[in-house]
Amino acid sequence: MVLVEGLIGVTLVSAFAVIFAPDRYAGKLATGLSLIPLAGSLFMYANFAGSGNALLGGDLAYETTVTWFEVGGYGLNWHVGVDGISLPLLVLTTILTTLALVSSWTPIDDRESQFYGLMLLLEVALIGVFTALDFFLWFVFWEGVLIPMYFLIGVWGGPRRKYAAIKFLVYTNVASLIMFIGLFALVFGLGDSLTSLDIPAIAQGVRGDELGALAGVQPETLKLGAFLAMFAGFAVKVPVVPFHTWLPDAHVEAPTPVSVVLAGVLLKMGTYALLRFNFTMLADVARDLALPIAAIGVLSVIYGAMLALAQRDLKRVVAYSSISSMGYVVLGLVAFTPHGMGGATFQMISHGLISGLLFMSVGVIYNASHTRMVGDMSGMADRMPWTVGIFVAAAFGYMGLPLMSGFAAEVLVFIGSFQSTVIPFATVLTALAMFGIVVVAGYLLWAMQRTLFGSYSLETDYEVGRAPVHDVAPLAVLLVLVITLGVAPDLFYAMIQDAVDPLLGGGV
Amino acid sequence: MVQLPVWTAIAPTVILALTVLLLLVVDSINPDEDSGNLLAVMAVIGTVTSIAVTGWYLLAGTGQPPTDPVLLFADAIVVDGMSLFFTALVGSVVVLIVLASYDYLADHPYQAEYYSLVMLAATGMSLMASANSLATAFVSLELASLPSFALVASLKHNRGSVEAGLKYFLIGALSSAVFAFGISLVFAAGGSLGFADVAAAAADTSLPGVLGLGILFVAGGFAYKTASVPFHFWAPDAYEGAPSPISAFLSSASKAAGFVLLFRVFVEAFPQTAVAGTIDWVLAFQVLAVVTMTVGNFAAATQENVKRMLAYSSVGHAGYVLIAVAALTTDANRSFVLGSGMAHLLVYGFMNTGAFLFIALTEYWDVGRTFEDFNGLAKQAPFACAAMTVFLFSLAGLPFGGGFLSKFYLLMASVNGGVLLLAVALVVNSALSLYYYSRVVRAMWLEEPDGTLEIQGYPTGLYAAIAVAAVMTVLLLPAFGPVAEMANAAASAIV
Repeated sequence: MVLVEGLIGVTLVSAFAVIFAPDRYAGKLATGLSLIPLAGSLFMYANFAGSGNALLGGDLAYETTVTWFEVGGYGLNWHVGVDGISLPLLVLTTILTTLALVSSWTPIDDRESQFYGLMLLLEVALIGVFTALDFFLWFVFWEGVLIPMYFLIGVWGGPRRKYAAIKFLVYTNVASLIMFIGLFALVFGLGDSLTSLDIPAIAQGVRGDELGALAGVQPETLKLGAFLAMFAGFAVKVPVVPFHTWLPDAHVEAPTPVSVVLAGVLLKMGTYALLRFNFTMLADVARDLALPIAAIGVLSVIYGAMLALAQRDLKRVVAYSSISSMGYVVLGLVAFTPHGMGGATFQMISHGLISGLLFMSVGVIYNASHTRMVGDMSGMADRMPWTVGIFVAAAFGYMGLPLMSGFAAEVLVFIGSFQSTVIPFATVLTALAMFGIVVVAGYLLWAMQRTLFGSYSLETDYEVGRAPVHDVAPLAVLLVLVITLGVAPDLFYAMIQDAVDPLLGGGV
Repeated sequence: MVQLPVWTAIAPTVILALTVLLLLVVDSINPDEDSGNLLAVMAVIGTVTSIAVTGWYLLAGTGQPPTDPVLLFADAIVVDGMSLFFTALVGSVVVLIVLASYDYLADHPYQAEYYSLVMLAATGMSLMASANSLATAFVSLELASLPSFALVASLKHNRGSVEAGLKYFLIGALSSAVFAFGISLVFAAGGSLGFADVAAAAADTSLPGVLGLGILFVAGGFAYKTASVPFHFWAPDAYEGAPSPISAFLSSASKAAGFVLLFRVFVEAFPQTAVAGTIDWVLAFQVLAVVTMTVGNFAAATQENVKRMLAYSSVGHAGYVLIAVAALTTDANRSFVLGSGMAHLLVYGFMNTGAFLFIALTEYWDVGRTFEDFNGLAKQAPFACAAMTVFLFSLAGLPFGGGFLSKFYLLMASVNGGVLLLAVALVVNSALSLYYYSRVVRAMWLEEPDGTLEIQGYPTGLYAAIAVAAVMTVLLLPAFGPVAEMANAAASAIV
């Protein structure tokens, strides 16, 4: 099958077509072209026939392996394919990109063709990250995400965009290199038993105790070192406290559609990589370190929520709350129970949709009012009833209202971590994490009450009217998806569970 | 099939030399007429012919395994995979330089001299790749250097250019003397100049101290030619003052030629097994490599002038390439390690030439030299700035061009040689380099222009050269496999 190559190829060609298109048509053209990968990923979802975990010898769907070239005894392969963990993330990527493109029509009015072209390039890299199964190829896409993002923040961002862009680039690039060194320690530790940089081969080699000593460092120490290096590298991307400081800057300065992709998909790269590398490849180290990792997760939940509570800027509120939500993912992953790991993966999807929805709502309000400050506006519900209605619904989704995807995800994570035999003091930590929900409810309700309800007033010199249909439509689509996944989580949860189960069996 | 006579193996170099003569003849027919077009076209045709012949030989397997290297003129010259590889590399850079110079030199009075000097230097560089004796090495090195001195100073009315030429010449003369002295010591110890004979005589020389000193002096001569520490001081001044196409020429082609000679001399004439009792040059190069890349990158990070930043980054890249000899430990896969440096030089030849040609373009537009002067340039010249962005990110080792893969290859080589320190230095320096490369990108794309910037014209030749360099840089990402294989095969013939 060449579906994955097709998705990547079509999107790449589209990106260049859009860059050279006139500004006037760029937005519509990009949106239209992005429907192709969207349709492709939905087709892949509908015909998904894989089973098991990609790294542990499961049956991959849409797999291709072609040798690219060989260097130093290691074959570099074009190896792509999806399993029950990566396919939902792939679908999330294509959906969110298309919707983010639609939501760019109003706010982006400068150098449009470059903007939309870069958004599509970003999509190419993201599709690649979630489908590549060769470390080298995967790293190409992983680094490839940085460049479009750098420009998207740096050119079209807010007043402090240059600082935010360079901070994002340097911070995450240094993290990538630390992670790179960590993984290569494993590769070289495996020595001659490895003939390629195939991620499944590395994972199975490490899990199969084929690791030898490297430069006098014993396998156990090597594993621990590699784990810490990779954890640090991915923790920046997720981000977890205390590696989160790039995120508020990047989010606040990025234009709204870029924030949508940043929060919706880019943060998932970090948790996806944690799941693949730290919690699959080095599962036994993760089990040994369960307490500190779970503690970091809970700390992110609580501290992120507290930070969100202290913000006046609506976008900052959502940005910090993302840190909090990602904390649940870390907690669920380290639980090493079916529902914990499955729920964490489901939370990646759910948070992608809900945070995208919240960022877009804030963006629509900002397009009309030109402010995001809580104190500068009130009573927006009178002027933009639909937008505000969806915003409120999304906020409740964030707080975990039953029948919305956030509820399903968080309940699964809590059940999983509560049952965990791997995390010491699992019950206490779970209870602490649940307290985070209360804080979330606190800041969202407070912010909504101040800005959306009450009598209408606005500090800026703009007249707020109803938002255009193409601004509200993506919100409605996302809300429908959030509710659908809340009512029927099995749409994704079944395949996630199928891919997560082999992780809990112990050996290969 | 007709068997060509053996001497035709050196045809690529001969074609370059003939082009020089032809250029001078054409110019002397009517010296007063401005014939820049004709001269540039002739230079391009001559170089492309030379590349075509080189490519043909490479594909036909001339001098490559399974056949033996072609030895000419009493073994003074050798044609094998490595010499052809580097001749093709030098030729490619020359084509780009000549294309770019056509616009850069419009209204310049000494065009014939300029083009023939470029071609003459190219002849010397391709001869350096074919040298098989220390005598040929010295002659070809001088043949490449002497025209370069004049080229650096070719903007006669520009103080910077003249000063750069003088500095380059003085340090060049000094290092030539060091090099010649080193050769004389090696000759004293072994009584021969041919690489193979030197190696044979080195094992049982009665003067190991003299030989060791000679090797050290020879290494010094190469450090100058490749702009490595401790003889790198000329590089920033010469590159900054020289006309930008010449900076590109020196930092890409001349550096590559210096490296091929270094590879050959140290691997063939001073193999570790033969000189084990005198000097451990692998260790010396390990120190040089780490110091060179670190000094180059840290100096580049503190520059305010873009061209000077590129000059220091060129020093840093010399440090990366030195890994190819620094990781040649006894238990390394030697052809693999040596091939990594060759592959990086090839990729570097395109991306670095491209970056300097972009500087040539900005000089053509007169936009200024500091980072601030580049502010908002992308609004006026998006195509050229996009190409420059590709060059810079590829230089930094991001996966936007072949630079990513060739650095990765170097990384694998340093691990293969068991020298983890080199690997760590490479990764850390690459991470640092992204900082200063991205400053240019930031200025071009993110900053607002200060309003006075007005671009006049889009010179065809410069644009074409930049476009070709950009396409090659990007193409070397998917097509890196064959290049690495070719480098590997070429290296395997001499180790």
